[in-house]
Amino acid sequence: MSIATLESQPAVPAEIPTFTATLIIRRYDPDVDAEPHWQDFDVEMHGTDRVLDALHKIKWEQDGSLSFRRSCAHGVCGSDAMRINGRNRLACKTLLKDLDISKPIYVEAIKGLPLEKDLIVDMDPFFESYKSIQPFLIASSKPDKERLQSVVQRERFDDTTKCILCAACTSSCPVFWTDGQYFGPAAIVNAHRFIFDSRDEGAQVRLDILNDKEGVWRCRTTFNCTDACPRGIEVTKAIAEVKRAIISGKPESVSVVI
Amino acid sequence: MTTETVPTPRSSYSAPRKRRVNWEKWGWIYMRVSGLFLVVLIFAHLFVNLASGAGVRAIDFAFIAGKYATPFWMVWDTLLLWFALIHGANGMRTIVNDYVHRALLRKTFLAAILASTVILLVLGTLVIYTFDPCPANAAAGTLPSFCVGR
Repeated sequence: MSIATLESQPAVPAEIPTFTATLIIRRYDPDVDAEPHWQDFDVEMHGTDRVLDALHKIKWEQDGSLSFRRSCAHGVCGSDAMRINGRNRLACKTLLKDLDISKPIYVEAIKGLPLEKDLIVDMDPFFESYKSIQPFLIASSKPDKERLQSVVQRERFDDTTKCILCAACTSSCPVFWTDGQYFGPAAIVNAHRFIFDSRDEGAQVRLDILNDKEGVWRCRTTFNCTDACPRGIEVTKAIAEVKRAIISGKPESVSVVI
Repeated sequence: MTTETVPTPRSSYSAPRKRRVNWEKWGWIYMRVSGLFLVVLIFAHLFVNLASGAGVRAIDFAFIAGKYATPFWMVWDTLLLWFALIHGANGMRTIVNDYVHRALLRKTFLAAILASTVILLVLGTLVIYTFDPCPANAAAGTLPSFCVGR
């Protein structure tokens, strides 16, 4: 026995059944359309496929003009957040078998940000809001050696480090839909990530920025953001912790959340 | 190791605004604090009016007159009136801020909410502290039966 030889035909895996999925996509071409409109597409798909695969199939085989953003296609880059059956999801993390295939799947761009084309929105207001909370480490000491942190201190802000800036939370927030000045959940989550970081010294600066008329106080705790987050971040809880820190004046004392 | 020349990042993307009274924050805190008071105030009010003694059948003009003859219930109802009305008006204000886009319409709604709140607070407080079930120079037939002493 030196070389393993194939003695019998391997069992042919059962063919994965296919089905026809109907996607109704909200199309908008600024050069042609005055208003967005819905368009139907029928695609032959497998249950293991994702909504992104269906969009690819439409773009590659049926209508090359369909426009959407995607980069890594594996739920890390945060490019393809869209409204799928009325809920903000990442197209690359939403399996068709988890949706009701017997009905059409409605896909549209995320709300609250200016629509540019089909499923693409202008993300600039979102990133302006993100920039304004100063999303970088503010420390006075020079980094001659690593800044030590205990496991407990790291755990304190672990949840909010998971954010991929896909804008699913911010564009699911009813306050953000009507008030473009509101910072939005994503900016507050990323402020939380530094406010509760023991190595950071800019907590008070960020708390002052968020203690604004359009800051955390506009949050109505509707939990849309927590429901929308593809990374499972407890967004509403993070916002509540920032509110708590503003009232008490210091982030360290926060342990219990209203 | 050359770590001396790390430039400090820009300190502020947008200059923080001048710090005045932060109404949005105090409005938020007011909703929580008044909510706590209202739980006690409202349920005690409902219990006394609807459940204790003869229950809801006890409520009539004389019952209210009896309550407003005691300073305890005058203070209680004043607190209830102010906490509840401002709590409700503040809630209406946030709804208008969240859902009314047009500036003029929003200003109109906010002014209407403010005006109705102030009028109701003044009228309500006036009633609680000037309520007299047996006015001195009223026609005899219009007075309730318990006013025979006058």
